Amino acid sequence: MAKTLVWVEHDNASVKDATLAVVTAAAQLGEVHLLVAGHNCAAAGAAAAQIAGVAKVHVADDAAYANGLAENVAPLIAQLMADHDAFLAPATTTGKNVAPRVAALLDVMQVSDILSVEGPKTFTRPIYAGNAIATVESSDAKLVITVRGTAFAKAAATGGSAAVEAVSGPAAAGTSSYVGSEIAKSERPELTSAKIIVSGGRALKDADTFQATIFPLADKLGAGVGASRAAVDAGYVPNDYQVGQTGKIVAPEVYVAVGISGAIQHLAGMKDSKTIIAINKDEDAPIFQVSDIGLVADLFNAVPELTGKL
Amino acid sequence: MKALVCVKRVIDYNVKPRVKSDGTGVDLANVKMSMNPFDEIAVEEAIRLKEKGVVTEIVALSVGPAKAQETLRTALAMGADRAILVQVEDGVEVEPLAVAKIVKGVAGEEAPGLIITGKQAIDDDSNQVGQMVAALMDRPQGTFANEVTVEGDSVVVKREIDGGLETVKLALPAVVTTDLRLNEPRYASLPNIMKAKSKPLATKAPADYGVDIAPRLKTLKVSEPPVRSAGIKVADVDALVAKLKEMGVA
Repeated sequence: MAKTLVWVEHDNASVKDATLAVVTAAAQLGEVHLLVAGHNCAAAGAAAAQIAGVAKVHVADDAAYANGLAENVAPLIAQLMADHDAFLAPATTTGKNVAPRVAALLDVMQVSDILSVEGPKTFTRPIYAGNAIATVESSDAKLVITVRGTAFAKAAATGGSAAVEAVSGPAAAGTSSYVGSEIAKSERPELTSAKIIVSGGRALKDADTFQATIFPLADKLGAGVGASRAAVDAGYVPNDYQVGQTGKIVAPEVYVAVGISGAIQHLAGMKDSKTIIAINKDEDAPIFQVSDIGLVADLFNAVPELTGKL
Repeated sequence: MKALVCVKRVIDYNVKPRVKSDGTGVDLANVKMSMNPFDEIAVEEAIRLKEKGVVTEIVALSVGPAKAQETLRTALAMGADRAILVQVEDGVEVEPLAVAKIVKGVAGEEAPGLIITGKQAIDDDSNQVGQMVAALMDRPQGTFANEVTVEGDSVVVKREIDGGLETVKLALPAVVTTDLRLNEPRYASLPNIMKAKSKPLATKAPADYGVDIAPRLKTLKVSEPPVRSAGIKVADVDALVAKLKEMGVA
């Protein structure tokens, strides 16, 4: 049976949800092993061991892995791959940063952003912003894969009792260092795990208007807040709000698109949502071609009214 | 310091791709092609670093068919100094791993301090080449760059990550991949487009760098994604509220 190694996304204490969908994908390929690489990450290792269906957790605890620098963790993963057949990471910014580096070290052509496992080496993946779906078969001896989180069910976070084993890798490369980060703190649900998302587009005018219009509706619905590229580029909200081909891929129960025209690059990031609601004053906006419920109205009247009536 | 900028000729950003009816791929016949938008940002960043006096020469590199010359001429018109086309036959797709090996080969000859490229190409959406080049050359990588600052013998890269922004410091030589908000690429002026025609453009082959471009992934088929059909339109906010209540959302 094939042995898989899954990159665990974590904050040293707990495991992030993105990992759980990858476990489901890995289980379709073989025995699931996890790698928790970090610093003082024993708690994350213990949490990972509880994920249902996991056979073993490798914990690499070292200052060199503290911030997931690809230069340091890729050689560790490449070393562990001597004993595994497939490496899988979520298609998050962390996974996308690390996985290709691992693939090149192993001389493997990576399969990016898979949507399904069709066979031991066969997968589907979106190309051209999701306007086409390619079925590809790898001819490499080992596999390196990133997994689209919205395409696989999440494995149960508890119920498992995997063995935990400490591992170590090559010394830090010494060519890169972590300086700092600006992580937005928000009380709202994270975009990639939110059940409801309210997104705003360029029509929101400016940052203050975006906040005054979108945030109250999102709060009323207990929703996460997203944005189109145009709204992010215009500085209404930070980059981590962007939904689309090059931003976040989301598939919530309900996606409310406010003042978003529906460029193909935006649709690529949200068209798998269960129900799409669009509010736009242009009745010919492409967003209405994919929305389940459309309201042609001026958002500056409709959104406050909607917020008030919910 | 020399900068090597890697650019790809892809379907134009504004064109809606159509899947071929025989399921072998996407129809690119008579479709408008342009420089991958992320690579335009890479070219622009190299030019800005040259304008700051940090970069002395910009070499633009593309792996693709003869027509990728047009893409390289665009880079030259924007401000690159010379170009290298590693040419493959029309219709041959070179996978990211092979592209990375070619970039490594070119970089071995050119010895750039910075290799800059887009974080992903909008055709295959792989997001791999920069990271692979960095791995093959054992160089540090600053992916999804939002801000690039060269400080002495290192480069500080602010990166767009899922939760916000992250800053890393990399020893030069290094590899940087560009995200959307790094800069806004300039348009080439007509005089510069004319000038670009006489800038040097060398044509090479993958074999010149000893790279085998045989694909590792076999495309079994390419199909249309499931189609979402348009739903209903409601008359007013009250009707929308009623629908939301029906769904159990409100």
